[in-house]
Amino acid sequence: MADTKIQKNHREPFLRVVKRDDMASWKAWLIRCATIVIAFFLTGLLSMAITQKGFADTYDIMFTGVFGRLFEGHTTMLWKYLQEIAILLALALALTPAFKMKFWNCGAEGQALMGGLASIVCMIELGDKLPYGALIAVIAVTSILAGAIWGVLPAIFKAVFNTNETLFTLMMNYIATQIIAYYVYIKGGGSNVINPVDAGNFPSVGSNDYFVNIVIVAVITVVMYIYLKYSKQGYEISVVGESQNTARYIGINVKKVIIRTMVISGALCGITGMLLVAGKDHSININSVGGQGFTAILMSWLGQFNPFIMVVMTAIVVFLRLGVAKVADTSLLNSSFSEIIVGIVILMLVGCEFFIRYSVKFRHNAKEGEV
Amino acid sequence: MIIQFICRAILLGVPLLYGSTGEIVTEKSGHLNLGIPGIMYVGAISGVVGSFLYENSCGNDIANMNPLLAVLIPLLCTIVGSAVMGLIYCFLTVTLQANQNVTGLALTTLGIGLGNFLGASLINITKSELPSIALTKTSSFFAAKLPFADDLGFIGELLFSHDFLTYFAVIIALCASFVLNKTRVGLNLRSVGENPATADAAGINVIKYRYVATCIGSAIAGLGGLQYVMAYASGVWSNNAFGDRGWMAIALVIFALWKPSVAILGSFLFGALCNANNYIQGLGTETQELFKMLPYIVTIIVLIITSMRKKREHQPPESLGLSYFREER
Repeated sequence: MADTKIQKNHREPFLRVVKRDDMASWKAWLIRCATIVIAFFLTGLLSMAITQKGFADTYDIMFTGVFGRLFEGHTTMLWKYLQEIAILLALALALTPAFKMKFWNCGAEGQALMGGLASIVCMIELGDKLPYGALIAVIAVTSILAGAIWGVLPAIFKAVFNTNETLFTLMMNYIATQIIAYYVYIKGGGSNVINPVDAGNFPSVGSNDYFVNIVIVAVITVVMYIYLKYSKQGYEISVVGESQNTARYIGINVKKVIIRTMVISGALCGITGMLLVAGKDHSININSVGGQGFTAILMSWLGQFNPFIMVVMTAIVVFLRLGVAKVADTSLLNSSFSEIIVGIVILMLVGCEFFIRYSVKFRHNAKEGEV
Repeated sequence: MIIQFICRAILLGVPLLYGSTGEIVTEKSGHLNLGIPGIMYVGAISGVVGSFLYENSCGNDIANMNPLLAVLIPLLCTIVGSAVMGLIYCFLTVTLQANQNVTGLALTTLGIGLGNFLGASLINITKSELPSIALTKTSSFFAAKLPFADDLGFIGELLFSHDFLTYFAVIIALCASFVLNKTRVGLNLRSVGENPATADAAGINVIKYRYVATCIGSAIAGLGGLQYVMAYASGVWSNNAFGDRGWMAIALVIFALWKPSVAILGSFLFGALCNANNYIQGLGTETQELFKMLPYIVTIIVLIITSMRKKREHQPPESLGLSYFREER
C-alpha cells in the first residue's frame, strides 16, 4: 500500500516543457507570421470593441491613417510613414551591435537627444557664419561626436569596472533630457519651444522634405548588415556576446571591443538625433525622441539582430502606432490607445518565441501512475 | 523652512520608496523587472478608477462617503491592478522563458499607455474643462494627519504630519528587510535569485518563489503610484504627471545596495535632491533645470563606486536577469 502512495506522489506532470533542437527556420517564421496576423486581428477587435465601429471601417480608418489617400495619387502620408520608420529603424540599428555584444544600451534616447542638441546648437550659432556645405559637415561631425561621447561613457566604466550598463545608460537619458530642457529654456526665451531654425536644414528633393533622411537610413541598414555579418569587427562582437571567456581565449581584446562598439552605437544614435533635428523638426524639445529609444530596443530584439528583419518589424509597429492613433482620434479617444496596442503586440511577439525554442509535451499514459 | 524642506522631501520620496522596495523584492528572486515604471502607472490609475467609481456611486451625498471604504477600495484596486501586471511579466519570463529586459520594457510601454488612456477616458466622462481628474474627497481621507501632529511643534510636523501611506511605506520596507534577512522564506528567496539551480536541488520551488516575489513586488510598487496621486497630487490625476519616477525607483535599488532599510533613507535623500532646486535662493529657472539632474548623477556615482569596490555583499543577485530552465543545468 505504501508503495502505491509514493508512486502517486511521483507521477509524471501533466504538462512539461522540452527544449527543441533547432527548428527549421521556415517553421519559425511561420509561427512569427501567424502571431503577427493574430496580433493584427486582435488589434482590430480591441479597436472595434472600444470605438463601436464595424470591422471593415476600423481597418479602413487604420489604413487611411497611415497611407492617406494613396490610391488617388497623394503620397504625402506615405512619405511621412517612411520617415517615421526611418527614425525608429535608425535607433534600432544603432542599438543592434551593442545588443549583439550583450551590452544593454538603454540610452538611445539620451544619445539621440545629445546628437540633436549638437545639431541645433550648430544651426543656431553657426547658421549665418558658415556656407551651407560647411555647416552641414560641422553639424554631422558634432552630432556624431556628441552621441558617441554619451554612449562611450557607460562603456568605459563597463569595460574597466564592470559597472551595470543598463542602469548607467538609463540615467544618462535623464541627464540629457535636463540639458535639453536647460538649453531650450535659454534659447526659447523662457518658453518650452525653440522656433524652427532655417539654417542648416537638409535639402528637400522635389517637394519631399524627408527624402534625405530615408536614404541615409537605408544606407545605414545595408552597411550595418554587412558590418555585422561579414566584417572582422562584427565577428568579434558576436564572440564577445556569446562568451567573454572564449573571446579572451582566442585573443580578442574584450575591453577594446566593448568601447569601440559603443562608440559606433552612440554615434549612430547621434546621427539619428541629427536626422530628427536637421532633417525633420528643425527644432528640439525634451520630447523630440519621444520614447522611441525604448521602442527601438524592442525592435532590435524582435529583429533577431538582422537589419532587414528590423525593417519589417519597425514597419509593422509604426503602422500600428499611426493607424491605431488615427482610429482613436476619429472616435475622440486618447491617442495613448496606440501605445497599449503596441505594448500588447510586442508582448505577443516576445511570447511567441517560446513556441519556437521549446515544445510542450503532454503526459503520455495518464493512467500509468495510478496502477 | 528646513522642516518644510524635509517634509517635502519625504513626500516626494515615498513613491520612490514603494517602487524600490517592490523592485528589491523582485530582484532578489532574480528578476530585473524594467516594467516597474509602467506598473506604477497602472497602480496609480487602478486606484484612481476605483475611487472614481466609488465617488460616483455615492452620487450627491459625497459627504456621507464611508472613510474606510473610500480608502480600501482604491487600495485594493491598486494592489490587484499592479499584481496583474506582475503576473503578466512572470508568465512571459518564467513560463515562456522570454528575455526579461525586453518583456519589462514592453510592459512599461503598455502600462504607461494604459494609464494615460484610462486617465483620458475618465477625463472625457467627467467632461472636465481641465485635462485632469480631481478626486479631492477621497484624497482628503488618504492625506488625513494624525490628530496630535499639530500640538507637538516641529517634532510633530517632522514625524507625525504625514499621510498614512508614508508610514505604511516605511513599515513595508522594514518588513521586507526583516523577511529577506531573518526568515527562512527570505533565505530561500535570496538563494533563488543567487543560484536557482542550487535552490532547485535543495527542494525550493523556484517557479513559485519567482512568481510570488514578483507579484508582491509589483503590488508594492503600484502603491507608490497611488500615494503619488492621492497624497502628493491631492487626488488630481493628469496624464504623464507621474513622469519618470519609476526609473528613479529602479536607480534607488542600486543606490540602496539591494537593502530595503537603506532604501528608506535613500528615497528621502532622492526626494530632497529632486526638490533642492526650489529651496536654493536665487536660482533662475534655467539653472533649476540643471539641478534636476542631481538624483541621476548621484545614482551614477554610486553605481560606479559599488562596481569599483566589488564588495561581495554589495553586489546584485548573481542570476539577476537570467531565466531559469531546469533542463539547462
